[in-house]
Amino acid sequence: MTEHPTKLVYFAWVRERIGRPEEDIAVPVDVETVADLLLWLKGRGEEYENALQYPDVIRVAIDHEHVEHGERITGAREIALFPPMTGG
Amino acid sequence: MSSVTSDVRIQREDFDIQSEVARISDGRADIGAVVTFTGLCRDEAGRLSALELEHYPGMAEAEISRIAAEAVARWPLQGLTVIHRYGRIVPGENIVLVVAASAHRQAAFEAANFLMDYLKSRAPFWKKEHHADGTAGEWVEAREADDEALTRWRR
Repeated sequence: MTEHPTKLVYFAWVRERIGRPEEDIAVPVDVETVADLLLWLKGRGEEYENALQYPDVIRVAIDHEHVEHGERITGAREIALFPPMTGG
Repeated sequence: MSSVTSDVRIQREDFDIQSEVARISDGRADIGAVVTFTGLCRDEAGRLSALELEHYPGMAEAEISRIAAEAVARWPLQGLTVIHRYGRIVPGENIVLVVAASAHRQAAFEAANFLMDYLKSRAPFWKKEHHADGTAGEWVEAREADDEALTRWRR
């Protein structure tokens, strides 16, 4: 097996720039961490490049929990990418 | 130790502050302090017609519940309610409510303050502006000061 299917969800301007709220993507197994994923996604096309131009500002949650960019994505069911939050 | 559980609600509808206080304090004689914080939508000197609040369903509940559970563990609370609205909210309307009840005021003040600091930069909500003049609005940018506010609660 060379890929694992993962649900990606996007919010706010990340969603607008990528042009869809969610998608199921087969992620290559050598994409191991959140940072790897952001870099790999960025190479998938103009809309991803536009959304993920500055990967450092993108916040990430795995299965509804905040994670750092060094976190491994193995076993993740749902990975969310979004800008810094403005709640409250 | 306290066995209080927090009440976290993510909803489109408005809330009523008085009835939320009553829900915590009615029929009890052991609560000495109730602190409420209400966040409202501003019009930014007439510039805005509304804010659109996007949220991450499922994670919003989970994350605020985690923050609320930490507050319950850190302060002796007798009740804690957090309500965060989503959807289109016009200036003057409520956005968020925190109600913290305790025997003494310090715990209630601090818990409410802690909750709001964490909601600002950890709860998965994003605000988009709608301009009063009809032009397209921008996403509100996160403030660095909100991130810095969290450092005072670390230990």
